[in-house]
Amino acid sequence: MLAYVAKRVGMVIPTFIGITLLAFSLIHMIPGNAVEALSGERGMSPERYQQLSHQLGLDRPLRTQYFDYVGHLLHGDFGRSINTHDGVLQEFLTLFPATVELALCALALALLLGLPAGMLAAVKRNSVLDYSVMGVSLTGYSMPIFWWALLLIQLFSVTLGWTPVSGRIDIAFDFPAPTGFMLIDAWMSGEDGAVASALWHLILPAIALGTIPLAVIARMTRSAMLEVLREDYVRTARAKGLSWFSVVCVHALRNALIPVITVIGLQVGTLLTGAILTETIFSWPGIGKWLVEAIHRRDYPVVQGGILMSATIVIVVNLAVDLLYGVVNPRIRHNS
Amino acid sequence: MALLDIKQLSIGFGRPGAPLIAVDGLDLSIEEGEVVGVVGESGSGKSVTSLAIMGLIDAPGRVSAQRMELAGRDLLALSPRERRAMLGRDVAMIFQDPMSSLNPCFTVAYQLMETLRIHVGGNARARRLLALDLLRQVDMPDPARRLDAYPHQLSGGMCQRVMVAMAIACNPRLLIADEPTTALDVTIQAQMLDLLLELQRQRGMALMLITHDLGVVAQIASRVVVMYAGQVVETGALPRIFKTPRHPYTQALLAALPENNLGRKRLQTIPGVVPGQYDRPAGCLLHPRCARAAPRCVSERPALEGRPGSQVRCHFPLTGEEPRA
Ligand SMILES: Nc1ncnc2c1ncn2[C@@H]1O[C@H](COP(=O)(O)OP(=O)(O)OP(=O)(O)O)[C@@H](O)[C@H]1O
Ligand SMILES: [Mg+2]
Repeated sequence: MLAYVAKRVGMVIPTFIGITLLAFSLIHMIPGNAVEALSGERGMSPERYQQLSHQLGLDRPLRTQYFDYVGHLLHGDFGRSINTHDGVLQEFLTLFPATVELALCALALALLLGLPAGMLAAVKRNSVLDYSVMGVSLTGYSMPIFWWALLLIQLFSVTLGWTPVSGRIDIAFDFPAPTGFMLIDAWMSGEDGAVASALWHLILPAIALGTIPLAVIARMTRSAMLEVLREDYVRTARAKGLSWFSVVCVHALRNALIPVITVIGLQVGTLLTGAILTETIFSWPGIGKWLVEAIHRRDYPVVQGGILMSATIVIVVNLAVDLLYGVVNPRIRHNS
Repeated sequence: MALLDIKQLSIGFGRPGAPLIAVDGLDLSIEEGEVVGVVGESGSGKSVTSLAIMGLIDAPGRVSAQRMELAGRDLLALSPRERRAMLGRDVAMIFQDPMSSLNPCFTVAYQLMETLRIHVGGNARARRLLALDLLRQVDMPDPARRLDAYPHQLSGGMCQRVMVAMAIACNPRLLIADEPTTALDVTIQAQMLDLLLELQRQRGMALMLITHDLGVVAQIASRVVVMYAGQVVETGALPRIFKTPRHPYTQALLAALPENNLGRKRLQTIPGVVPGQYDRPAGCLLHPRCARAAPRCVSERPALEGRPGSQVRCHFPLTGEEPRA
């Protein structure tokens, strides 16, 4: 197992280097260049241009600039927002819990519904239930998030008035946020109705964001399960006299989970991109909304840092999934 | 009364309009403590018969029989719960491919203890001791260490030993072994058969041994059932059936044995193939391949006749007087 972990972690390093290269080259891909982007519509004098270029270090050779950039990163310096002049890392860390909270709830929703739905569809293959699950999940998968989110708002917030349209909690509440996770902070505050309000704000964005992962997980679970149910060891399990429930939920599911876990890992990327749209539509103060606003404002240090950190998260989560994969699949654990 | 008593078992697959007949009117009975060999070419319905006994044929497969009883209980009338209580306890089965028959995600101990948990109970420590003891009984090398191994860490022979240990865990009265040695190394095949036979004798359980190999049957069975295209064509006690086979198909199988071909340049084989489920001929199913086929064999399907335990399905059974081919 140790060798397996070492190998996985080792494989991550080149990916990291690739990402820093990508984030770095971003500044140089801005039409014109970063200084011109700063100058806005009115333009600037050649002297001022020289001065800004020098100040930003853009007049040095690319290679020096890159190593400089990586050196700063290694010291935890991700630059400062042009707009707020706050450190990019600090802003990121403040907003990140909101996105994590949203993404985790979306993922939990996707797993809680997707796994059983896929299993049921596989066990009752070719039944009305199977066709409904597959039909609904195909629809969910093909639905553009922004449209789906607007549809949800139109129905549940506007027409039925059940859920709030935006934000993380009712503005009437005011309590300290030591963790940044609204559900936990609300619970810790002990204020009446705070948790309910936070939950109520969370539910619609979580549904909007969780729909695609839900569809993907349901379909993947179904196909993995169908495959596994044909295996000889399932027949052995039945020949032992095990109940159908144990056969499906212990012997088959354990094996079917192996491909499903990989898919779950890949969904983290989907969740982060989805968060950009979802947070913007629901005014959810997370990194998705932050990034979109930064792009609008041409706040390129924020865009650069945000992309770098989002990519890092995807890599780390996929690494975690790979390691989890080793835990679930004994063949991987022992053979690497 | 026989331990296993099957009359007119039929197993079909496919839609009712286009049935695929896998087994057609099969009679089979096995006495308590008896070793019965079931032989026949590939596709003759040996595996589906044993799965039907276990109740593991799923829809759209259909199983019907005039009578199908194990230890006096009607197998076709069991509720799912009664069926599960019986599986693994009264009747157990081991399969052809031991590597894929064990669940790759669980240890040997887990898979052995699971059988004990459902049928015997007791706490985990007691069950673990029982599991270790079972591994000893199947001559597993280094059993204590193998308990915590995963199937991919074991050889095919060791996997099959685990399967046997699992099957005998609850002292079944009938053990069905579906080609238990086919997937194993030749060197291990004999050991495996010896083991099965030894366990059978110690425990007095009945053994239904399915195989392609008449040589194996000759070594360990007391009675043979010869199947062809979903039907029993001959049953008889050993060694009578080997000395004087009465069905031309049995004779042909025997003639194809390597030990009966010593000194010949080529192995004798049976020309042609087993008819599939769609191209079953009228009359005797064997007639296109039978050297002795007569007009009656083409038009009329013979019935299985004789006294219980020694039957043949042939219009013109051999008498043993014929000149040797
Ligand atoms: N699930 C199924 N659906 C349709 N047909 C099946 C199914 N299972 C078995 N059959 C058919 O039933 C027939 C008998 O198969 P079976 O596996 O019992 O043969 P066998 O005698 O065990 O052969 P082998 O020696 O190759 O194991 C075959 O023609 C097979 O194609
Ligand atoms: Mg078979």
